[in-house]
Amino acid sequence: MVHWSAEEKQLIASLWGKVNVEECGAEALARLLIVYPWTQRFFANFGNLSSPTAIIGNPKVRAHGKKVLTSFGEAVKNLDNIKATYSKLSELHCEKLHVDPENFRLLGDILIIVLASHFARDFTPACQFAWQKLVGVVAHALARKYH
Amino acid sequence: MLTADDKKLIQQVCEKSSGHMEEFGAEALERMFITFPQTKTYFPHFDLHHGSDQIRGHGKKVATALANAAKNLDNLSQALSELSNLHAYNLRVDPPCFALQLLSQCFQVVLAVHLGKDYTPEVHSAFDKFLSAVASVLAEKYR
Repeated sequence: MVHWSAEEKQLIASLWGKVNVEECGAEALARLLIVYPWTQRFFANFGNLSSPTAIIGNPKVRAHGKKVLTSFGEAVKNLDNIKATYSKLSELHCEKLHVDPENFRLLGDILIIVLASHFARDFTPACQFAWQKLVGVVAHALARKYH
Repeated sequence: MLTADDKKLIQQVCEKSSGHMEEFGAEALERMFITFPQTKTYFPHFDLHHGSDQIRGHGKKVATALANAAKNLDNLSQALSELSNLHAYNLRVDPPCFALQLLSQCFQVVLAVHLGKDYTPEVHSAFDKFLSAVASVLAEKYR
């Protein structure tokens, strides 16, 4: 089980409380598709992904980004049980979606950068540490049921 | 592969940041040491407290090298040749690219913190590619 200090829990919860899940989710997913264009392979049916502008404005990207980050909120609410929280999603990503787990790490890093750009100086080094740890734990949990 | 647009964006960011070299470099290092403590193993001889002269000095060195690389985007291998030797034979940061990737992440966080909305997806993409290319060149001579 992952150990979270009281400070880490506080840093995670307090930042999450200020996150606009719809906006940040949309932005994080859009950036994933822009910065690492090979990830578009998982979204062939999303329509126009031909340019950064198209990706950012794409309603399916926005909707899916919101879905992904909303799910991330489950980790924030269940820090002491992230493995169980993502058990089914892990199976889904392996068996149905066929996503290489390396992509979870990429999305995690992108989320960190989105948070940094929104919260600026409030995204302190201590905050980055806690969140980088969280995205790592989530990525690990999502990869756990792969076979 | 860096496109013409990427190169323009990278150079713009470096120009905008030119007065903040020491500050950005130091902050990137500090974030790296805090977020990824394993990177401290390369600096047992440093005072790693917040604001230390050594972090400031080293941060400036790193940022200046990156700024120089940004001015030589068509010839990164040559521009970084000495640093490539240093990292491969002396510093041997291990494994090639991985630890440098952690620094790259922290550098981008610093830029995102300071540029906010101006760290657009296009700029983000260009810079990520740039730092990847730099890390690759630095790792070229490892074996």
